[in-house]
Amino acid sequence: MEETHEIVLTVNGTHRTARAPARRLLSDLLRHDLGLTGTHVGCEHGVCGCCTVLLDGAPVRSCLMLAVTAAGHEITTVEGLAAPDGTPSPVQRAFRECHGLQCGFCTPGFLCTVTALLRDTPRPTEEQVLDGIAGNLCRCTGYQNIVRSVHRAAELLSEREGGA
Amino acid sequence: MKPPPFGYAAPRTLDEALAALAAAPGGKVLAGGQSLIPLLSMRLAAPPALIDINRAAELDTLRTGDGGVRVGALARHARVERSAEAAAVQPLLRRALRHVAHPAIRNRGTVVGSLAHADPAAELPAVLAVLGGTVEAASPEGRRTIPADDFFRGPLECALGPGEIAVSAFFPAAPPRTGSAFAESARRHGDYALTGVAAVVTLGEDLRVTAARTGHLGIAATPLVLDLTAAAGSAGDWPAAAAHVRARIDPDADIHASADYRRHLTGVLTERALRAAAADALRRARD
Ligand SMILES: Cc1cc2nc3c(=O)[nH]c(=O)nc-3n(C[C@H](O)[C@H](O)[C@H](O)COP(=O)(O)OP(=O)(O)OC[C@H]3O[C@@H](n4cnc5c(N)ncnc54)[C@H](O)[C@@H]3O)c2cc1C
Ligand code: FES
Ligand code: FES
Repeated sequence: MEETHEIVLTVNGTHRTARAPARRLLSDLLRHDLGLTGTHVGCEHGVCGCCTVLLDGAPVRSCLMLAVTAAGHEITTVEGLAAPDGTPSPVQRAFRECHGLQCGFCTPGFLCTVTALLRDTPRPTEEQVLDGIAGNLCRCTGYQNIVRSVHRAAELLSEREGGA
Repeated sequence: MKPPPFGYAAPRTLDEALAALAAAPGGKVLAGGQSLIPLLSMRLAAPPALIDINRAAELDTLRTGDGGVRVGALARHARVERSAEAAAVQPLLRRALRHVAHPAIRNRGTVVGSLAHADPAAELPAVLAVLGGTVEAASPEGRRTIPADDFFRGPLECALGPGEIAVSAFFPAAPPRTGSAFAESARRHGDYALTGVAAVVTLGEDLRVTAARTGHLGIAATPLVLDLTAAAGSAGDWPAAAAHVRARIDPDADIHASADYRRHLTGVLTERALRAAAADALRRARD
């Protein structure tokens, strides 16, 4: 029997525990061990960006990280972006409004990436948006509506800041 | 595919990591995993054990002094890229890091891991080589400092021995009146480059060119450093320097580019980078 490790981490604010071998990828731990299938897996070698999650707030490829390495850290997946009552986050609302998705396969990765991008750069230029999402592939939308969604999300976030 | 099974150790100190590596012949160090994990998943590597250094906090350092920038083994690309101190002392680092993969990969990948991985198409080995930097390695026997010239041995091959861990890399500071630039061409933004060049130009008190060097990636098995001071002359004849580079190199063809195209592109980028480095040197000289 392959040796397993107890892996304790925080996922979307909740303390989670799983037992898995060291070779378990974080993406597989989330999907298979914890049942959080919102994180998608496309290429499994870092190229497509579908599996992007936030590790202590920073976007990372969950397919390029061992779950054992992530132990003790805070992970945010697409399931953790909405408010506790299920209200979509400004980034999620913007993607819906601007048709920033079609099949939705790439969307969880984009949502996590853009959430961190706008937190660090609340008023991004066009170039900063393009650079910020350059590591995420989408086979459906042609990206135009995704770019619009990012700008719209920045607007929604600033309205919330100002209006709250 | 998924990685094959391996033994796993998560040491909390460098000494523990060295002991774990000594106890696991054939074992590999796991840093950011942005190169190693794809190799495992594609089953191109199957080490018996991984020594995961991510919990060894003493390696998570970034020190900037007058002499240069010392990057610890756990300093991620993103941290070095964002450091204003590092950019002030050696601006070429940030200029090159912006071309390394995508932001999400730079959040995990380490500078030292990139050097140890020694990919001939990677940016940082060419930067270390053109600056004449060094890598500090530790083993149970002690420490040694490896100059960049000796460090890169072949594609994906560096001078680290089986029981050795790279502890840090040192990038010397930019001397006075010295400018730098980085240029590369890739099929897609964030991909490994078809060819790329880091250029460093130094001016004398009279603002004439006293030194011009380039470090090339993607065109040889290891980073290629060329001294172009004579080819460029004191007036900075950059087209002549680029012609010298085109004549001097012997790039390979692959599915992305023919050898001729790579040679041509290398010439174009070299001229552009040298010109930009000279302009940068002039700006710094006048500051
Ligand atoms: C989609 C994608 C695109 C990329 N594009 C680029 C690019 O354009 N340019 C580029 O330069 N890189 C690129 N990379 C690679 C990235 O920069 C890696 O982060 C880097 O090459 C390796 O650093 P790491 O810390 O992730 O090392 P790891 O993957 O952990 O290790 C890589 C190798 O180095 C060894 N190693 C690591 N640290 C040490 C140490 N301290 N001592 C001894 N051995 C060590 C490991 O054993 C392993 O053999 C890309 C990666 C991906 C997934
Ligand atoms: S599945 Fe992780 S980047 Fe494609
Ligand atoms: S919406 Fe289908 S891949 Fe992006």
